[in-house]
Amino acid sequence: MNDVRRLKILVADDTDTDRLILESIVRKEGHTVVSACNGLQAIEVYNAERPDIVLLDALMPELDGFGAARKIKELAGDELVPIIFLTSLSDTESLVQCLDAGGDDFLSKPYNRIILQAKIKSFNRMRELHSTMLTQRDQIVQYNNRLLQEQMVAKHVFDNVAHSGCLNANNVRYFLSSLAVFNGDVLVAAMRPSGSMMVLLGDFTGHGLPAAIGAMPLASTFYGMVPKGFSMTDILREINGKLKNILPVGIFCCAVMMDINFRKRKIKIWNGGLPDCFVHRHSDSSITPVKSTHLPLGVLSNRAFKDDCEYIELEKNDRIFVWSDGIHEARNAAGEMFGEARLKQVFANNRNQNRLFDEIIEGVQQFVGGGEKDDDLSLLEIRMDEPERVNAYAKEASDRFGNADIEWSMRFEVKPTSFKVFDPLPMLLNVLMEVPSLRGFSSTLYTILAELYTNALEHGVLKLDSGLKQTPDGFSEYYRLREERINLVGSGYVRINILHKTNENGGLLKVRIEDSGDGFDFANRSHDNLSAFGYSGRGIALVEKLCGGVKYSGRGNIAEVDFSWLKDD
Amino acid sequence: MAITSTVSPDGNQVTIYIQGRFDFSSHQEFRSAYEKLSHAPTHYRVDLQGTSYLDSSALGMLLLLRDYAGGEQSNIQIVNCAPDVKKILLISNFEQLFDIQ
Repeated sequence: MNDVRRLKILVADDTDTDRLILESIVRKEGHTVVSACNGLQAIEVYNAERPDIVLLDALMPELDGFGAARKIKELAGDELVPIIFLTSLSDTESLVQCLDAGGDDFLSKPYNRIILQAKIKSFNRMRELHSTMLTQRDQIVQYNNRLLQEQMVAKHVFDNVAHSGCLNANNVRYFLSSLAVFNGDVLVAAMRPSGSMMVLLGDFTGHGLPAAIGAMPLASTFYGMVPKGFSMTDILREINGKLKNILPVGIFCCAVMMDINFRKRKIKIWNGGLPDCFVHRHSDSSITPVKSTHLPLGVLSNRAFKDDCEYIELEKNDRIFVWSDGIHEARNAAGEMFGEARLKQVFANNRNQNRLFDEIIEGVQQFVGGGEKDDDLSLLEIRMDEPERVNAYAKEASDRFGNADIEWSMRFEVKPTSFKVFDPLPMLLNVLMEVPSLRGFSSTLYTILAELYTNALEHGVLKLDSGLKQTPDGFSEYYRLREERINLVGSGYVRINILHKTNENGGLLKVRIEDSGDGFDFANRSHDNLSAFGYSGRGIALVEKLCGGVKYSGRGNIAEVDFSWLKDD
Repeated sequence: MAITSTVSPDGNQVTIYIQGRFDFSSHQEFRSAYEKLSHAPTHYRVDLQGTSYLDSSALGMLLLLRDYAGGEQSNIQIVNCAPDVKKILLISNFEQLFDIQ
């Protein structure tokens, strides 16, 4: 980059006087000179000295300047060695010949010192620019190689996370292709404890690294929750919330999620933004589309997120096909898209249902031909089959189904010394939230437990009178008294019994709360009225609404409720 | 159980936010949120965005607020309820007494 840097300059001229004049001009500029008297010698000197710039007489014995220029350019390879022809010729043809032979410029005799100096400077700048470019090109190649290598390692990790499930089951076929090393599509499948299979095919906006980043939390959430028996809607909500939190606006995941119950031959399906899935019937080869009715994952906050699903009954060997828009949008050389009509045609032409999957892939690949692939292309086929033919896990779960009823109970007693320091509600709720099918009812269960426990404690143990709560000041007085008495309480108890039972369709939670108090005349109790305007008296009415009734026994100091629920899958 | 509140610049609207469980233990805080204002607002908003659970004593407290704010003439919005929380309010027919959003 430095103008005064000493260059090594080759001067080749067969006329001694001309060569001497030139050498002295160049030396005066501070450069080093190497000389040659003919073309062959110029090549030899070039090879030995590797000069930065070559000044070449056009007409020389042995080998003329044109031949020498060609050879020197060849020897220089990638490197830029500016060649300036020195010539007394002035006809257009000769000058053009100089440039054609690989010369970069020419200088007419007699030499103009100023012009020669300027040309040397100018070509040196060009030479340095070229050398910078070469270095940068090499760096880019090196970076790219390193990036590809890093992506290979990352892909290995990603594949271990994303594809660790049960995609190898006998009833599953899938195809995933990607543009980059990373795939913008993600496919995960895992077995639930019940023996049904959950599958999710997702297509992140974009492809490559940004898309794959979202696939990691999606896959780890999926594989974390499915084997624990969480419902599909819980898992969808969890994934949606995670993606919404971590992905930048504009990156989201179109997805189809399915819960396939082989025992009941039923699937539950949620489609958010992927093209219509096709249900293909074995009996008559008809197809029924399952449309997207939701926004993709990662767009809405969990509060606005909709998790309603479609339920479809399937016969054995009925199939469901799920795809990313890569299939529909695959383009041929003429820029046309494959489209749904061609896809339906593949189904219409099919003669052997076992070949359908291959025919779709072949159809798209033949259509695309040499055309550019625009998007990741993914296809998934799930076939309904007997549990024992799906995989070992489904078989085992199906065998064990005969005794799927789970029953447990817990008893818990709060004693006088703990009333003031311990609130049992969060702990009880935590226990209940360990039951996956109860998680959707956390607020309802809290309200039920809170009302029953509060009544037992405040009226039974602390003997507080709700009548106090008729005025705002009475309301405060009530809670002041509660505080006072709870600090003094020296006897009494509240016993909580919870019994949990499940069956094939849902379950039952029986809650029984007994206190040490005097109870009340429950046979003649006035029913609490939810439309009343008082500040109190709403609690039991609320529980009655939520549980369908409250049963009292003993002297009115035992309250029992049944909370039953239906599984949503 | 944290209760916080904000008052609009003109002092005419107070918004009360309830985090976590809304039950008797927040009674004093809840009451102070509207009783300690120097200027009585005309609009009240109860924001239940952060409320995970409520029980019948919370319903009682909402009714206390309603009577304090003028009963039939009161202007109280309950906003940002989670579906479960809204269910409890609706079972109790509170939509007839409050503007539930």
